[in-house]
Amino acid sequence: MADTLQFDLVSPERKLASVQAREVQIPGADGDLTAMADHAPTITTLRPGVLRVVHSGGSDDYVVSGGFAEITAKGVSVLAEKAMPSAEVTQDVYDAMVADAREALDKAKETFKNESGPVDDAAKLLSDMVAMGGHIGLTARS
Amino acid sequence: MPSLKDLKNRIESVKSTRKITKAMQMVAAAKLRRAQDAAEQARPYTERFNAVMAGLASSVGGSDSAPKLLTGTGSDQTHLLVVMTAERGLCGGFNANIAKLAKQKADELVKAGKTVKIITVGKKGRDNMRRGYGDYFVAHVDLSEVKRVGYTNAQDIAKDILGRFDAGEFDVATIFYSRFESVISQVPTALQVIPASFGDSEDEGASTLYDYEPSEEAILADLLPRGVATQIFAALLENGASEQGARMSAMDNATRNAGDMIDKLTIEFNRSRQAVITNELIEIISGAEAL
Repeated sequence: MADTLQFDLVSPERKLASVQAREVQIPGADGDLTAMADHAPTITTLRPGVLRVVHSGGSDDYVVSGGFAEITAKGVSVLAEKAMPSAEVTQDVYDAMVADAREALDKAKETFKNESGPVDDAAKLLSDMVAMGGHIGLTARS
Repeated sequence: MPSLKDLKNRIESVKSTRKITKAMQMVAAAKLRRAQDAAEQARPYTERFNAVMAGLASSVGGSDSAPKLLTGTGSDQTHLLVVMTAERGLCGGFNANIAKLAKQKADELVKAGKTVKIITVGKKGRDNMRRGYGDYFVAHVDLSEVKRVGYTNAQDIAKDILGRFDAGEFDVATIFYSRFESVISQVPTALQVIPASFGDSEDEGASTLYDYEPSEEAILADLLPRGVATQIFAALLENGASEQGARMSAMDNATRNAGDMIDKLTIEFNRSRQAVITNELIEIISGAEAL
């Protein structure tokens, strides 16, 4: 049995990573999941969070937001709308992301006064963002 | 017959024109490399995305609950044409070709009794289409301040389009851009984005049965709007590369023409200088003979 799997992380603007990984921890919309070799084929959407890749040379963390992950027995490809190595996420970048989420929430509240669905979605996005900050050692300024 | 001084001035002016076109060509070549690079970088994302979407769409598409973005509104009365061109001219037929294709399509649709709405991206397309099609304009996206087209630009355009779709402003959306084939060939292309179509890349998706988390429908509903942004982004990048390619070959031509013109003018200049000298000689000789 192969004990590694091909991991690709792409954002619309560039390809961030392509390595042989031992395991990939993915922040799925329904909860975190870890993919290892011979995982059942799965497609899941992502919530904002930290994606960790464990490979022979250690592990890498990436901050991802929006998009989906495609898991097959041989590999994982993550297509994230926003993705960057977590080391590149400074307080400024993080603040901008949280501000975007906040704005989206305010807008949703305004446009969908009578429906709770989109407002809840936007609120969850914001709380995911805030939670993600905790994982990488940054705090959201209110 | 122009005087020697006139000729000299003309040669000088053509020479400086050649310098400018030469510089523009080199700038375009450098930009082209960057634009091609960006298009290259984006390709894996677009391809994967479309492959997954094709698989999803084929499995969910048939059901009644499929999102409107995929199946359409059930009518095709109102068409939205998104015409993407460059912000700058001096790139050969690049802008005109895209506008021409869009105009053809608009004429066809109007003839068939449909309603046409146009969103222009890029100043040149707007200028080109204003006469005769200005009444159809509903919006304009200005990218002249943008140095490097990013995904956020595409997202903004997509958001605008999707907002209009949700508000029931149109039924079918088509984007017009130029596909980059090579430096000398850019193909104006029309691509329908709403209702979404994802090519025939199903061969891979169909063979694997995926677990979907959350449900297939939820994923599809989440991804379809992103698909619009992805397609627009890919089109913007292709357009960027095409623009630079077109400009490069246009400026290459201009440089060569200027060179030819300089050669011609130089010959003319030399000839008339010689004629003046000959004239003077004749005058001297005939003066000496008369004595």
